[in-house]
Amino acid sequence: MKSIKIKADNLNVYYGEKQALFDVSMYMEEKQVTALIGPSGCGKSTFIRCLNRMNDVIDICKVQGKIEIDGNDIYAPDMQVEQLRERVGMVFQKPNPFPKSIFENVAYGPRIHGIAEHKSDLEEIVVTSLKKAALFDEVKDRLYDAGTGLSGGQQQRLCIARAISVNPDIILMDEPCSALDPIATARIEELMGDLKTEYTIIIVTHSMQQAARVSSRTGFFHLGKLVEVDKTETIFSNPSDQRTQDYITGRFG
Amino acid sequence: MGFILISLIVLIGITSYFLGNFRAKNLRTSNQKNLKSLSHYYGYYVALWAVVPALLLLLMITSFKSFFIEQYVLSDFIALGSYTETELSLLFTQIENTALGIKLFDENTILIDGAVNKLNYINKTIENLTYVTVLGLSGLLVLYSLFNINNKLNSRKIVEKFLLVLYFTCSLVAIMTTVGIIFSLLYETLRFFSQVPITDFLFGLNWSPQRVFVREAGDLDTRDLANAFGAVPLFAGTFLIALIAMCVSVPVGLLTAIYMSEYASPKVRDWAKPIIEILAGIPTVVYGFFAALTVAPLVRDIGQGAGLTVSSESALAAGFVMGIMIIPFISSLSDDVIKSVPQSLREGSYAMGATKRETIVKVLLPAALPGIVGSFLLAVSRAIGETMIVVMAAGLNAKLTANPLDAATTITTQIVVILIGDQEFDSPKTQSAFALGLTLFVVTLALNFIALQVVKKYTERYD
Repeated sequence: MKSIKIKADNLNVYYGEKQALFDVSMYMEEKQVTALIGPSGCGKSTFIRCLNRMNDVIDICKVQGKIEIDGNDIYAPDMQVEQLRERVGMVFQKPNPFPKSIFENVAYGPRIHGIAEHKSDLEEIVVTSLKKAALFDEVKDRLYDAGTGLSGGQQQRLCIARAISVNPDIILMDEPCSALDPIATARIEELMGDLKTEYTIIIVTHSMQQAARVSSRTGFFHLGKLVEVDKTETIFSNPSDQRTQDYITGRFG
Repeated sequence: MGFILISLIVLIGITSYFLGNFRAKNLRTSNQKNLKSLSHYYGYYVALWAVVPALLLLLMITSFKSFFIEQYVLSDFIALGSYTETELSLLFTQIENTALGIKLFDENTILIDGAVNKLNYINKTIENLTYVTVLGLSGLLVLYSLFNINNKLNSRKIVEKFLLVLYFTCSLVAIMTTVGIIFSLLYETLRFFSQVPITDFLFGLNWSPQRVFVREAGDLDTRDLANAFGAVPLFAGTFLIALIAMCVSVPVGLLTAIYMSEYASPKVRDWAKPIIEILAGIPTVVYGFFAALTVAPLVRDIGQGAGLTVSSESALAAGFVMGIMIIPFISSLSDDVIKSVPQSLREGSYAMGATKRETIVKVLLPAALPGIVGSFLLAVSRAIGETMIVVMAAGLNAKLTANPLDAATTITTQIVVILIGDQEFDSPKTQSAFALGLTLFVVTLALNFIALQVVKKYTERYD
């Protein structure tokens, strides 16, 4: 058994009066891909956004319970949220490169965290990150062109390069392929296979095939509750809960 | 006459809309005719035929009427052959006055009385004829178009086509007005430059057009002209005051915009934003008092306290108040632009571990820059064109100075000064106002052009 990277304990999340997550407890293994599936509005995106405290941005959002990364409570009062997010990168549903050049997009994180001492260090970080994101060969001649000028799939890989530029431990992916065509999706999935050797990846996805292809463990969310979490083969071949079975056989959602 | 006739045409138009609509519906139900458009389009179709040609005809009659009347009334005098063009037009005025019962001269009474009778007769006839032809045309076309409604006629296309022509004409009006203004400015400016060399105007350091005015026209000396119209002090004053205004409004406006878009809670924003926007709605004259009665003395007192010589009317006071006036132009526009930067970019930046300040400075402001530059330029052109505050607070003294504590004057202020009161339009003093106006126009145009280039270059790089 692999070591545990992230552990959530009795997590309850409220948006104002409305409760979005009910007593979610689960763990995620280091350097593995964990997939979160479930119908729209089931709370899987809310859950993943708790892991890097992106929900802090929303005023009315309240989080109760405990999330530990490497045994440290990330909601502890002395936790610096900027440092947490340096360690927990995120890729969003819609590619959101900054309106800057490709180089500046990737250099953004290292710059704000003061990672690179010299310009040559920065260049090296940018090149390595782009290589890891399998984008370098396509953009090496136009690093100073606008990042927004790339195709959708390239933009998403640019966002992945941006996320790994600060060398995080964990990468959160919130439906990273939902705005992409099948070929671009295949490339990203392939990329995840490479990335998991270095990073712990948590992916929210609507596609059950995708979860089955890329992940080692899968959690199924329904109506704000974590119904079941287990090895991916088990979830897809022999789920213990009727609701999981109904969902993966396409009876609802 | 015009009002009644136009009301009648409009009435016919409204009636014919209902007639057309009704007939189309009738055709649809009774004959099972498959009309190509909805019935109300046939209403519009008939109404257009009723109104548009009639109005055009009326326009034509009214514009050619006076010429025709004059020719007819004056025919006896023209036949005599002893009158010049100017005398004829004077004569016509005299006849018109006599017709109204005003009698000033007693000469040529018989001829004039005859002409007055002719005038009354022709006026009456033309009025009657106008009624008959315009209303007749309208009625005929209503009938024609009503009977024209059948299943081959696509009235929707015709109505849309008409609207297209209408929109085009309206935009043409705006364009032609601009072109007209430019040409009239150019014409007067060229006349001005025929008396004063353009280089003297653009590079001369002394502005005192009053000197020309004081002298008799016959005494005008080229040396006087050469030294009176040097516009550099005005350009410098305009630049100085606009610069002071921007120094006040850019930082305050931009920081306000950042606070409003990124930090203020929706509640604060809801009441604070309209209050700031009220600043732009205060009449500039009111800013003028404020500048002249409060800020200028304050500046003077503070300056004297610090041992500086400050005139009671200073460029600093005017520029400062003007800066306050244009804050909302910058804050409101920039606020909207920053607010409209996609939320996904903010999230992307936060997710990288950026703080709020880093996100604003490194992502939001660059992304919003074209709009922010646009708001600055709007503010600058407003500052350059502003007149009232300067008139009241900075004085009218065209002195070449870079000292903000001194009195200064601007292009627009001098245009006001020149054109106030009785003026003769062929004096170089009056014409210099047109030259100033054209200069202002060219400068504003250049500013806009530069701004567009800056924005374009920036957008190419980052978007």
